[in-house]
Amino acid sequence: MPIVKLTPIAQPELCLDCYAISPDALAGLTESGIADLEVWEGKVRWRLGDFFEVSGDAGRTPDETHVVVDGDASRMKYIGYKMTGGMITVNGSADMYLGGWMKGGKIHVTGDVDSFCGIQMEGGEIMVDGRAQNHVGCAYRGDWRGMRGGTLRIRGDAGNDIGTFINGGTIIVEGNAFIHVSTHGEGGTVIIKGDVQGRVGGQMVKGDIFVLGAIQHMLPGFKKVDTIEKEVDGQPYRLDHYVGDLGERHPSSRGQQVLGNLYVRAA
Amino acid sequence: MAELLIKNGSVFDPTRSINGDVMDVAIRDGRIVESAGPNAKVIDASGKTVMSGGVDIHAHVAGPKVNAGRTMRPEDKLFKSQAAAGGYRMEMGFSIPSTFRTGYDYARMGYAFVMEAAMPPLHSPHVHEEIHDTPIVDEAALPVFGNNWFVLEYLKRGEIENAAAYIAWLLKASKGYGIKVVNPGGTEAWGWGLNCLTLDDAVPYFQITPKEIVSGLIETNEALGLPHSVHIHQNDLGNPGNYRTTIDTLRLAEGVTAKNRFGREQVIHSTHLQFHAYGGDGWGNFESKAREVVDYVNGQKNVTFDLGAVTLDETTTMTADGPFEHHLNGLNHLKWTNVDVELETAAGVVPYVYSPSIRVCGIQWAIGLELALLCKDMDRCFISTDHPNAGPFTRYPRIYTWLMSRKFRDETIGSFKYSDKVVAATEIAGLDREISLYEIAQMTRSGPAKALGLKDLYGGLSPGQDGNVVIYDIDPANLPSDPSKLEAAFQRAAWFIKTGEVVVKDGEIMNHGNKRTLWVRANVPENPQVKRDIHDKFIKDYTVGLQNYEVRDYLAPNPYVIEVEMEA
Repeated sequence: MPIVKLTPIAQPELCLDCYAISPDALAGLTESGIADLEVWEGKVRWRLGDFFEVSGDAGRTPDETHVVVDGDASRMKYIGYKMTGGMITVNGSADMYLGGWMKGGKIHVTGDVDSFCGIQMEGGEIMVDGRAQNHVGCAYRGDWRGMRGGTLRIRGDAGNDIGTFINGGTIIVEGNAFIHVSTHGEGGTVIIKGDVQGRVGGQMVKGDIFVLGAIQHMLPGFKKVDTIEKEVDGQPYRLDHYVGDLGERHPSSRGQQVLGNLYVRAA
Repeated sequence: MAELLIKNGSVFDPTRSINGDVMDVAIRDGRIVESAGPNAKVIDASGKTVMSGGVDIHAHVAGPKVNAGRTMRPEDKLFKSQAAAGGYRMEMGFSIPSTFRTGYDYARMGYAFVMEAAMPPLHSPHVHEEIHDTPIVDEAALPVFGNNWFVLEYLKRGEIENAAAYIAWLLKASKGYGIKVVNPGGTEAWGWGLNCLTLDDAVPYFQITPKEIVSGLIETNEALGLPHSVHIHQNDLGNPGNYRTTIDTLRLAEGVTAKNRFGREQVIHSTHLQFHAYGGDGWGNFESKAREVVDYVNGQKNVTFDLGAVTLDETTTMTADGPFEHHLNGLNHLKWTNVDVELETAAGVVPYVYSPSIRVCGIQWAIGLELALLCKDMDRCFISTDHPNAGPFTRYPRIYTWLMSRKFRDETIGSFKYSDKVVAATEIAGLDREISLYEIAQMTRSGPAKALGLKDLYGGLSPGQDGNVVIYDIDPANLPSDPSKLEAAFQRAAWFIKTGEVVVKDGEIMNHGNKRTLWVRANVPENPQVKRDIHDKFIKDYTVGLQNYEVRDYLAPNPYVIEVEMEA
């Protein structure tokens, strides 16, 4: 797969909106064409080449394009914005909205990501080796349509508002999380391997949450129904099964009320 | 001052029965004139459609509920906002656009005037500030009266003169244009958790019925001789089987004659009729009653209406019909805002997705178009979407295209998930009629201008009228067979000249224009009782003082004031 290497040569004063760093924007372009793509610093328009040294031509299609950001992109937003295929590797950290509205392909970040990673994601894979800030795989502010598909894995900790309005797909946080997990969830799966402070599944209608550490403050809208053995992300666990949020409206299917499931590691 | 000569266009001006004749239109000093001098700037319109600027009789484009929608729906701006360029402002949003997008998009479609359809009087300063911030398009606003405590009390006692004096005062205080009625009595009844779903459901405490409110306001409107008639959003909006209440309300116009000096003939303007032409006794057997409603309107000459056509978009509903928005939120479980406006009105806001995969939405779409296709007098039938309730105003070009192209309607029906059920519940599939450009001009120019009492300014291209001329890249002799081309030509005018200035060229904004705010000063005989009642209510009930209430002149800096004199 042709590799386009973007090496940071300057850092912006404000954060840079890099809608252009995605296989979809680069596909079919040569080195010089890529350097001429526009990036925005606030309302000021720059060339991608003003901030990155570009080496290599892109593939013919997004699926045939691998973009490598070789260095610190912690002030570069919207990497992988709306991408449909191909690969992005960030050898370093990335700013907000990494993989936002992504439909396909793979993103791997070796460092940390800021907030809104995988916002309203529909498909594809995101892997972050470090930590994530807030709003991992959440809905856009105000929207009631959250993540719909794909896999989003954070190997470190994550902050608050994980999977808000999640509708499909899987979010895995291998470290700890702060508060608000799957708020207003309507489907999908969120796995937190560490501990969560609280507000897990508030106003959740449907979907699954797994907390493999402890929940410090359980919401009152969840009721324990069972203790089960279940494999989660390849490992077996003994889990307390709760249903909820009982304070929320729930649809019914074949005469049965559909509820959200919250599984917490049994003592 | 600059002169313009628009040469060789195919002109559609129903006020003079001009139907596509190739002729010139001249503008001098912001007005249409007979002919231009030798130094006039010439615009070649040959092979193109020329009309006067459009007139939108009903849209929610300014004020607190529009802003509540903007606040609660940041997602309406997502991917739908363009950066500022070339000295023009950033444009944001889709169903609840920013003020700048509102002005720019109306101009791009060739509209010269829009009526803000529901102004809560207490918040009229905000309405006027937003109107002032909306470039190019002239605007006016209708204060709501159908649930106002003064009005309910005066009309309960049959005191038309007092109601008239109060309304005259409020029009002046709010810089309003006329009398809007929203769910008469029902919004106030909701303060008790109730609603008024028929004309005979009495409002709690006030013990007045919607029938008495509407009849009383019609009588008051004609006593004042206002340019526009009572403009009514009827009871029982949006519910299956409501067409009976709709026709009952329209019957209140029977035997009443319009009295005014503006050439207006109707005494009721019934707005967003699509939402009021529903049959069935539940959503299961929901069906169109457009024919029943239009048959009545066809025979009742002193009634006008606008469509409130559904455009099959994701949009934001907003109305002073508070109980309806609560009901709607119970159906779709999305977000809901509600506001009560003291002694005057209320409002609610709920996002709504008119999905082609939902049977009821398909039927609603059909009803909106049937109302026009079944109507026999296009000077009394106006195009609207009740923006943004049934869809954003930026979809008017698509509505024209649906009306003008049976092929486009059939394509849309074919795209529905439940086409067969939509066809069975409506008669849209059997309607061959294709509306002409002349009829579009009636429905968007001459008709609404006359119904608003503004035919001297808008709606036609006679000498003396405002120099508002739009040129669409549409050759009437050779209409495009591709509906999307027709829609695109209406969406972005080739030229739009607003009061003599070129504000749009090739669909791009060229100029911020010279917009005006129209309002009506009704002069009535001195009325000490009403003066005392206003004073007392402000002391006893309002949270603001009387001296803080009026819209200051600086908030409407480009006024066009229409004076009316009430005979003692």
